[in-house]
Amino acid sequence: MVQYVAKRLLLTLPTLLLVSLIVFSIIRLVPGDPAQVLLGEDADKASVAQLRQEMGLNRPLIVQYLHWLGHSVRGDLGNSISTGEPVSGMIVQRFQLSAVVALTAVFLATSIAICAGLIAAWKRDTGVDFAVVGAASLVLALPSFWLGLLLMLVFGLKFGWLPVVGYVPFSEDAVQWALFLILPVLTLTIIESGVLTRMMRSSSLDVLKMEYITHARAKGLSEMRVLTRHVFPNAFAPTLTLVGLTLGQLLGGIAVIETVFTLPGLGRLMVDGILARDYPVVQGCLLFTGLAYVVINLIVDLCYPLFDPRVTAN
Amino acid sequence: MRFTRPHLRLNGIIGCILVGILLLTIAVGYVWMPYNPIAIDLDHTLSHPSAAHWLGSDEFGRDVLSRAMLGARISTTIALEATFGAIILGASLGIVTGFLRGWTDRCLMMINDSILALPGILLALGLIAVLGSGQASIVLALTIAYLPSVVRVVRGAVMSIREREYIEASRVAGDGTLYTMFHHVLPNILPPIVVLTTSVFGWVVLSESALSFLGVGVPPPAPSWGNMLSSARPYMENASWLSIVPGLCIALTLLGINFFGDALRDLLDPRRDA
Repeated sequence: MVQYVAKRLLLTLPTLLLVSLIVFSIIRLVPGDPAQVLLGEDADKASVAQLRQEMGLNRPLIVQYLHWLGHSVRGDLGNSISTGEPVSGMIVQRFQLSAVVALTAVFLATSIAICAGLIAAWKRDTGVDFAVVGAASLVLALPSFWLGLLLMLVFGLKFGWLPVVGYVPFSEDAVQWALFLILPVLTLTIIESGVLTRMMRSSSLDVLKMEYITHARAKGLSEMRVLTRHVFPNAFAPTLTLVGLTLGQLLGGIAVIETVFTLPGLGRLMVDGILARDYPVVQGCLLFTGLAYVVINLIVDLCYPLFDPRVTAN
Repeated sequence: MRFTRPHLRLNGIIGCILVGILLLTIAVGYVWMPYNPIAIDLDHTLSHPSAAHWLGSDEFGRDVLSRAMLGARISTTIALEATFGAIILGASLGIVTGFLRGWTDRCLMMINDSILALPGILLALGLIAVLGSGQASIVLALTIAYLPSVVRVVRGAVMSIREREYIEASRVAGDGTLYTMFHHVLPNILPPIVVLTTSVFGWVVLSESALSFLGVGVPPPAPSWGNMLSSARPYMENASWLSIVPGLCIALTLLGINFFGDALRDLLDPRRDA
């Protein structure tokens, strides 16, 4: 077990380094001189040259990369061009909201997927199975932003049950804060439950064919016990990997939901950074989300042996 | 009540019908559209669906049906270009790494996996930040974003057949490495590549509409389903058809292509349990 954890942790380091290298290179591909971009088109040559010197743009690329990496590791991602605020502070503040929305939605979607997937596999080829698979396929085809708009149209505008656009910080009014988050969380829960349910169903089908399930049934265990104690843990392991991937993808794709519901989250920060050509912000968001994605997958891999102890054996 | 897996066959039929409708719409759009999709008509803004405007008109009086038809062409063109870019490049890289193994494989896969460590849409956003928005940069960004997944899948498929006897036989017969790759490896991994193509097409359609929705995709006034949705937001309460039509187009396209892909998989690989 210790060996497995150590090996997995070691493997993460090169990935993180490569991710940072990719993020650095992407921003370096920006056409034109970063110093010129920072100062604007009509800045004079002398101040551009001075800024180039200050930013270290005259040094070799590898030195620039190491310099940037050193600062990033210490949490210094530079300052935003538009507001002058430190990027790391902006990211941490915006990330809290995105994390709450994404984690809640993925948790709810996973719970739905486990129940629906297990039942569909157990009732294979019946009306229940047909309905679950059909619903999951339909949900898979829905763009999240469209579903968000439709839910907003129905629950916000037609019925007027929930607030439509805007956001109130948790510290100001916790109830309002929660009300504003219901629709975004509901949208993402519905969207993400589709793919997770399909995965849970197909891995449960595989497990149900196993001999130890026949054995468990032959022992006279109730179907409930067979499903919860024997099918669930083994079928959940592959789904867990997908949960991690989903969560990571969501952090990247949450910008669309934040745009629909005008939530000031991390995704919106990055898109606004792109539109304003605020490269330190874009670079910081890319690096942070890449890091979060790697860490989430690491945590998932470390949780894996809890459900499938065979993993640590090799 | 027991169904004898009817959804599988039903899937295929629905998929083919939906993909057919999409292709037909694009084809008709080349010959006939009810109105000029970018012509502004300020006398008929936000008009309800009627005999004159079947799907209503938008805030500039532009006909929604015509815009959705042109949007179908634009979104599908972008998706096809990015999909084929990713599949052709990815399959070539996947075959080379999977077949050669060794250091080539290790180095390429290390780079590949770290690109995979960034979510596709995020990578596309980052690339668009650099390339600027516009049709060509979306195609390029989406090609690069989905390339690593294709490399992974194709490499896996190649590794599963590279030790087979017929590959061995080709080598023993003195065929060159390139010849073996393209005459023996490629034909045998075509089924998974075909199925993968439909999946990638679906991802790309969704990502393109998301990027356009965010305002970094297809630049207006050219319509794409994503930017139509985004400009429909302020009028949601009074002109709900503006948000319903483009979203429905995306959803039906995705549903069609997913079902079509499922059916292809059942057809090409009957051993796999769907």
